[in-house]
Amino acid sequence: MKYIDEYRSPELVSGLLQKIEKRATGLVKPITIMEVCGSHTTAIGRYGIRQLLPDNIRLVSGPGCPVCVTSIEDIDQALWLAAQPEIIFASYGDLLRVPGSHGNSLEKIRAAGAQIKTVHSALDAVALAQAHPEQKIVFMGIGFETTSPTVAAAVLQAKKLEITNFFIFCSHKLMPPVMRLLLADEELKIDGFLCPGHVSTIIGAQAYNFIIKTDRAAVITGFEPVDILEGISLILEELTNGVTEVKIQYQRGVKEEGNPKARTIMNEVFQPATVNWRGLGEIPESGLVLREKFAAFDAQRHFSVPEIRSQTNHACRCGEVLRGLIEPSECNLFGTVCTPASPFGPCMVSNEGCCAAFFRYPQN
Amino acid sequence: MNDLIMLGHGGGGRLTSDLVHDLFLKNFRNTHLEPLNDSALLTVNQKNLSFTTDSYVVNPLFFPGGNIGSLAVHGTVNDLAMSGARPLYLSAGYIIEEGFPLAELEKIVISMAEAAQSAGVEIVTGDTKVVPKGMADGVYINTAGIGVHESGTPLGPHRIKKDDVIIINGTIGDHGAAVITSREEGFSESIIISDAAALNHLVDKLQKNSINIHCLRDATRGGAGGVLAELAEQSRVDLKIEEKSIPVKEKVRGFAEIYGLEPLFLANEGKMVLFCPADEAEKVLQIMKHDPLGKNAAIIGRVSKEDQSAGRVTMKTLIGGERIIDQPSGDLVPRIC
Repeated sequence: MKYIDEYRSPELVSGLLQKIEKRATGLVKPITIMEVCGSHTTAIGRYGIRQLLPDNIRLVSGPGCPVCVTSIEDIDQALWLAAQPEIIFASYGDLLRVPGSHGNSLEKIRAAGAQIKTVHSALDAVALAQAHPEQKIVFMGIGFETTSPTVAAAVLQAKKLEITNFFIFCSHKLMPPVMRLLLADEELKIDGFLCPGHVSTIIGAQAYNFIIKTDRAAVITGFEPVDILEGISLILEELTNGVTEVKIQYQRGVKEEGNPKARTIMNEVFQPATVNWRGLGEIPESGLVLREKFAAFDAQRHFSVPEIRSQTNHACRCGEVLRGLIEPSECNLFGTVCTPASPFGPCMVSNEGCCAAFFRYPQN
Repeated sequence: MNDLIMLGHGGGGRLTSDLVHDLFLKNFRNTHLEPLNDSALLTVNQKNLSFTTDSYVVNPLFFPGGNIGSLAVHGTVNDLAMSGARPLYLSAGYIIEEGFPLAELEKIVISMAEAAQSAGVEIVTGDTKVVPKGMADGVYINTAGIGVHESGTPLGPHRIKKDDVIIINGTIGDHGAAVITSREEGFSESIIISDAAALNHLVDKLQKNSINIHCLRDATRGGAGGVLAELAEQSRVDLKIEEKSIPVKEKVRGFAEIYGLEPLFLANEGKMVLFCPADEAEKVLQIMKHDPLGKNAAIIGRVSKEDQSAGRVTMKTLIGGERIIDQPSGDLVPRIC
């Protein structure tokens, strides 16, 4: 299949592995590379890339799975909203099985009668609002800079069409602030980032300048095996010869300047805010909330969502997994009581979650 | 709140398996049920019979390559054929929603009759129930079937041996891709056709050629990957498969890429995995390739020679890495059959 097979070519892979092997031999100490994006984690597992790498290159997974980083407080509030009889709660399918504080999930309350629809985009939820004028549609917005412009576009569309029964429950997050936090983590000691390909289509290369300023490598990388190995090879090259710039491996998707138009729409509708991340706590200016001008679409304000006392299950180590401090198998719950069929933490729920990837693609 | 049936309980993966063990097997336990194969092996007057049942709730009712009626015949015929039995008789039970167009029901019934005729089985008993509008989605069909073992030992995972070869009779994922794409707009340019077909004649050909088949399993829900993982676990052997040997149609690959699904776990309705001794493999391939239902047949792997076994499937990936293939867990594509 054109545009796929060339990025999975065993010959190219073997050539890149040789290159990586050679560069790795010259390393004075083992290095740690974080793949930030959940799609990278999944591809690494699916193709068995980890086992092909030299021992002195360690890959750790970062907090790039939108479902995984959604705080338990947000999940509890989503469950409250979805249980209101006048609401049809529209959500991406990935969120349905994330457990809240008390063992409930959107999937479970749907089985008990809550009106919950899975949608592919916020625009589907706008269509739902048009089709059900007698009901209130709440769309749960999660995701990074890749998805927030589309949600912003849906809000603009709803405003233009004067739709008054469409609301956003906003849990959007921004990627650079969390990467900045991880970069400063003394315990983690990241030498280079495989920067998220899709987020970078929006934010561009310069958004990662803060990484190279600390002499750590940053390579914007695609999602096929050849992309990932080339990304790793470029990180090694940067670390060996001295870090010079944010490299774009994923040139077929990412432009240096990103997508200014998408950023304009996003900035028109949302503004940055300090928000809570699962396992990482509050991070300044790391999330998005609706601007005052669009307050009428804000589900939290419209429905006066109550404060819910959330409880985290302390046995679940998703927080450490999200920071790349442990591998999923180091958590006692992994694969025993916590499986994709009955997940304890969000990292086991989402297709992009690190625990789910390790469960689905176990390593020998 | 925790004790409600979820869609995943009907998905054919881990949740279904837990429900079957913890509720059905626990309460119905008997020696015929315990092996939990696709059909039960019964002995009546020293004759071995296979008996099976399956319910069909596919959405949409009509999809490229078949409809709920033909599927209800093919699926049940295949469940019998996989045990090595010759399928003979089926039942057909209908749960129909009030207001369902009679003309559509007729189309479904006619294709059931055609499917039964070409599979060489008769539909000999049935039942009809109608529920109020909104209480069902169009029509659901249950079929049960009986087949007879003419000779030889019934097949099953217990017969899988070290070093056996694993063969599949063609491209994987066609049915899953066909049903999912027929639910969505935007795929009209590239219709994917379901592989739904009765496999009993192909099995019969293999048996008539005295192939020493050890085990057959139709790769329905959970796909080829799911059934291989299930068989490895049931028979306590390790299986080694190669991604590059597994036949997948270009259209299905394209579909799977867009949806983020793997063909290995997409449902099939006319594909089976076959286990046989290595020296029989060429003959099996020859027979299959001369049959319309096996023309893309391929050897996809082997049973490990090792004595130590964890009962799992390892796949060499396209790029030479290794990964373990487990039963799909929690991934929901409801109402595929």
